[in-house]
This record gives sequence, structure tokens and C-alpha cells, in this order.
Amino acid sequence: MMIGPMLSEARQAMGANRLRTFLTMLGTMIGVGAVIVMLAVGQGAQDLVDRAIASMGRNLLVVLAGSPTANGVRLGTGNVPTLTVADAQALEELSTVGAAAPILPGAAQIVYGAKNWGTSVLGTTPRFLDVRSWPLSAGSPFDDSDVRGATRVALLGQTVVKKLFGDEDPVGKTVRIGRSPYVVRGVLSVKGQTVDGREQDDAVLIPVTTAQRKLFGGQFEGSVRFLVARAASAEAMPAAERDMTRLLRQRHRLAEGVDNDFTIRNLTTLVNTAAETTRTMSLMLGAIASISLLVGGIGIMNIMLVSVSERTREIGIRCAVGARAGDIRLQFLLEALALSLVGCLLGVFLGAGGALLVSTVVRTAVVVTLGSILMAFLVAAGVGIFFGFYPANKAALLKPMDALRYQ
Amino acid sequence: MPAAPIIHLAHLGKRYETRAGAVPVLKDVNLEIGPAEFVAIMGPSGSGKSTLMSILGCLDAPSDGTYVLEGHDVGVLSRDQLADLRNRVIGFVFQGFNLLARANLLDNVALPLVYAGVATSERRLRARHMLERVGLGRYRASLPDQISGGQQQRVAIARALVNHPRLILADEPTGNLDTRTSQEIMGLFRQLNADEGITVVLVTHDGDVAAHAKRLVHLVDGRVAHDGPLLRRVAGGRPS
Repeated sequence: MMIGPMLSEARQAMGANRLRTFLTMLGTMIGVGAVIVMLAVGQGAQDLVDRAIASMGRNLLVVLAGSPTANGVRLGTGNVPTLTVADAQALEELSTVGAAAPILPGAAQIVYGAKNWGTSVLGTTPRFLDVRSWPLSAGSPFDDSDVRGATRVALLGQTVVKKLFGDEDPVGKTVRIGRSPYVVRGVLSVKGQTVDGREQDDAVLIPVTTAQRKLFGGQFEGSVRFLVARAASAEAMPAAERDMTRLLRQRHRLAEGVDNDFTIRNLTTLVNTAAETTRTMSLMLGAIASISLLVGGIGIMNIMLVSVSERTREIGIRCAVGARAGDIRLQFLLEALALSLVGCLLGVFLGAGGALLVSTVVRTAVVVTLGSILMAFLVAAGVGIFFGFYPANKAALLKPMDALRYQ
Repeated sequence: MPAAPIIHLAHLGKRYETRAGAVPVLKDVNLEIGPAEFVAIMGPSGSGKSTLMSILGCLDAPSDGTYVLEGHDVGVLSRDQLADLRNRVIGFVFQGFNLLARANLLDNVALPLVYAGVATSERRLRARHMLERVGLGRYRASLPDQISGGQQQRVAIARALVNHPRLILADEPTGNLDTRTSQEIMGLFRQLNADEGITVVLVTHDGDVAAHAKRLVHLVDGRVAHDGPLLRRVAGGRPS
């Protein structure tokens, strides 16, 4: 049994009629291409979700102020000052909530030396870092005494550091935010973008009380725009949402039948829903891929049957010089396998190109993994062997005499 | 005749089953061919000489009787054992040359060695040597359709010889060749037979070709009608 000469014979046979060989491979090619795109899109969506959830902080619940009903007019969220720092502290008492922090966002110009940069400033408490799973890369966080004293201290996001300090170490330096000087306590680690593409590193954290009293002033003393809370676990998310609603209704003294004056959003669910759409798309591609691979396999079988009958005389010659049935079977099986594997190789390129196209047109992340390529090759090899076996066996079972006399 | 024959046929019969019933092609053929013999089988069309050749070459199985090739009873051998026998013991030369059109001459000659499991470098060496022996060494990279019919038949002979068979079976080897080329090819067979003691069995309907042999077997209607030495060449023109 000599694989070497058989492989070169397979190459010759495939090269003898290139158009036919190409058309035969087309089915496998498209099937594998679709498999690659499908897995790339699916993997891209999964990565996006994982990254988004990781950057948001796991099990995150956001409480937005507002959605009250005033004389039947529903105002939407964020317009009415109903949430307070005390609400955040109260939420932390719940067993289903791991941590909670208030957020009062705003925008301000921040200045260091000759450089300045406009950024978003979040007034919050030290618990924020815990809720968002956002460690510092340098320095130390401000603490509860800073919040009580409304001191002028700040934690800078990576983008802000880059814009103002370059390579200089900002910890301990003094920057100006608005009109007042703030001491830089620490630097936040890199966080990346949110799902909707917002740059999270372009931010400055200051104590919520400082933001309320000294930076943004405030038409509503003591109120914040929203709260963020981390549920104790993924399983506790629904319970946490229920507990938080009950607690906040109680604290806001809302009577039975009155609408909530706040809205709780479960961001993980939102992200997962977005990913679900992508997964549906990739499943559809998967269906196309399976059908195409099936049709491609039948195409290979068909062409191999034609090839066997065209080359009956050649089979006879090989038998006459001493080829065993197994040699003939292996030779045709190798040819079918070569057809499907070369088709697969072209399909991988097609799929990678397709995935690139999808990522630029639809603007979703796609990830072509080595695993998906290996899987495609395994499937293609399976298709080649499965659909090549019948023709190869037919060739092997030809009677030498009949094959040799065949015209 | 030497004690151990290469070919021993006893009461050999062959029938083809058709819709109209069994058609006998060979009837009670008894034949013994020893080492280094040069036998020409002649006979009119339909006399069964090609069928006999197929059976001798283990490409077809007899319906009755026994065929012993080099001491092996062919009737009890498996398909693969027959393939090995064709590979090691027999070299075929056909009327239509039967070269692989897509393979170059060297690969064509080397084909039996592929199935004999000979390593690539040795395969090349032996095939090249054999091509040089039939005078076509410099064409080894050519394809069969780039050379003449006579040259193709020489390539086929090189292929038949490459695995050192003891028996060459030639079925109308000169049928597609002109007279001069035929004489060259027959000269090659005679040389192989005389110099190396290879047994040559030849089917032909051409008396001039048969005249190169040492022994003549005449088949008529599936039976051996005549079997005897051919002492002098050009003995009587066309026996058929």
C-alpha cells in the first residue's frame, strides 16, 4: 500500500478536468464557508457579550430616577430627583444585593499644567469600584470620610491620564476640575468600551457629595441621577430586583397602586437579548451550511461515480499489473477525500473573507477560531469519506476482465 | 519438457451465462507450458484464444477444470492472492498497449512496483533501467500520446518486465503496429525468451508473428486442435 503515488495520482486526476473538479468542490466550499462564517459570527457575539458583561461588572442592576406619573403625564426616566445617596446605602442592607453606589454624572473641563481635556465626571462613593468590578491601576481610592467631608479628590480614567499627563505619574498631583483644584488619589485600570461603543476610560470619579455641593451645584440637594447595584449572584438577580423595588417604594413612601418613581434595568438581560439575535442568524447560517455540505457531498459522489465509469479501463490496467481491491478502493477514496478537503480549504478562505465582510457591513465582531477551522476540516473529511465510499467500493469490486475490456 | 511446468491446465472449460443460456467458449482444454517456452496461440475469431489468455492471466476464472500456475491452484486463491500473482509472476502486454494516459512513461513502467510495495527511489531506478533497456530512456518524462505506437508497446513491455516476472502474456501485441515495428517487437520477445529464459505466451492471428515462437497451439471452437513445435520460422506463411 503506497499512499505517496496514490496522492500524486489523485492530484493528476483532479488536474485533468479542472473546471469539473472546481464545480464539484463548490458545494463543500460553500458549506464550509458558511460554517466558518457561522462560527465566527457566533463566537464574535459571545465574545462581545462576555466582554460587555465583564466591563459592566457582573450581575449589574441600574436604578434610574423618574418615571413618575404627574396628573397622568409620564415623564420618562432621569428627569425627577427621586434617588438619594441614602437610597444606595439602604440597598446595600439587602441580602440579595452585594454592593450599591449612587451616581451623579456631569461634564467638566479638567486642567493640568498647560493641558486641558473635557470629560465626564461621575460623583459616587467608594462602593462604585466594587459594583463595577473596576480596580485601580495606581494609587488608592477615596474613602467614606472623603464622601462625608466632600473633599476635592479624584480618580482618573486611563484616557484622561493619557490626555493630561502623558507618561508622567498623576498620583498625588493636583488638577483643576471646573474652577477648583483636586488631588489625584488614584488611576483607574483600563475598562474599554461599553456595548454601545461608549468609551468608559474617558471619565473622572469624585466623591458624590463633592459633585453635589461643589462641582455641579444642584437644584435638587442630595439627589443623584441613578444608582448601580450588583446582585449577590447571577441567580439572585430577579430576587434582588424584587427586593430593591420593594425597599425603594417603601423609602419613597409610595402608596399601593401608585407607579414607581424609579426604573430598574437589568443590563445583563439586555445584552443577552442583543446576542440572541446574532445567535439566531448564526443558526440560520448553520442550516445553510449543513444543507450545502450534504449537497456538496452528493456532488462529490456523483462525480466520483462518473469518474469510476470513465476510468474503468484504467482500473482494469491497474488490476492487471497487480492492484488489489483495497488499492483501488483507497485510490478513489483518496480522490474523494482530496476533493472535499481542497474544497474545504477554499471554503475556509471563502468563510474568512465572508466573516470579514460581515464584520465590516453589519459591524458586528466576528472571530474566526482555529477550532472552527479544524472542525470544518473534520466535517469535510467525513463528507469525503462518507460520499466517496460507495463509488470507491464500486470501483474496487469491478471484475478485472470486464474492466479491461470496457470501451 | 522440464518437470515443473509454469502453466498446467487440466480439463479446463469456460462458459458464459447469457439470457439465451450457457455459451461454452472453452471445452476440455489440456495444456502444459514449461519454463523458457515460447508459445504462440492461434485460432480463428471466436475460437476462445482471448478467453484462454484471460484465464491464464488470472483476470478471469475458469468454469470447469483446474489451472495451476507455478504450483498454485488458481481456483482456490482469493481475489487479493490473484492480484499478487499477477503482480509477481505475470507480465501483460496488450494489443492496445493499455498505458495510463495521464502518467509519464517512467510512472507507467513503475506501476507494478507501486503495488508490489517497492520504495520510491528503487522504483524509479528500476523503471528507468527498464525503459533504457527497451531504448526509451530519454523519453521517460513524456506522456504516452507523445510517442509512436511501437514505442508505446515497448513501454508496455518494459512495464511487463519491471517486476521480473517468469511469464509474459501477450495478447495480439502487434495487432496495432505496422510490419516493421511488429518485427522489432517480436525480436524483443525472442531476445527475452532466449537470453533470460522468460516464458512467453502469445496470442495472434498473424502467421508471421507466430513464426517467432517455438511452439504453436491451435485453438478451434474452444478446443486445442493442434499443439506442436514450430521448428523452422516462416514455415508455411499463415497457418490460420
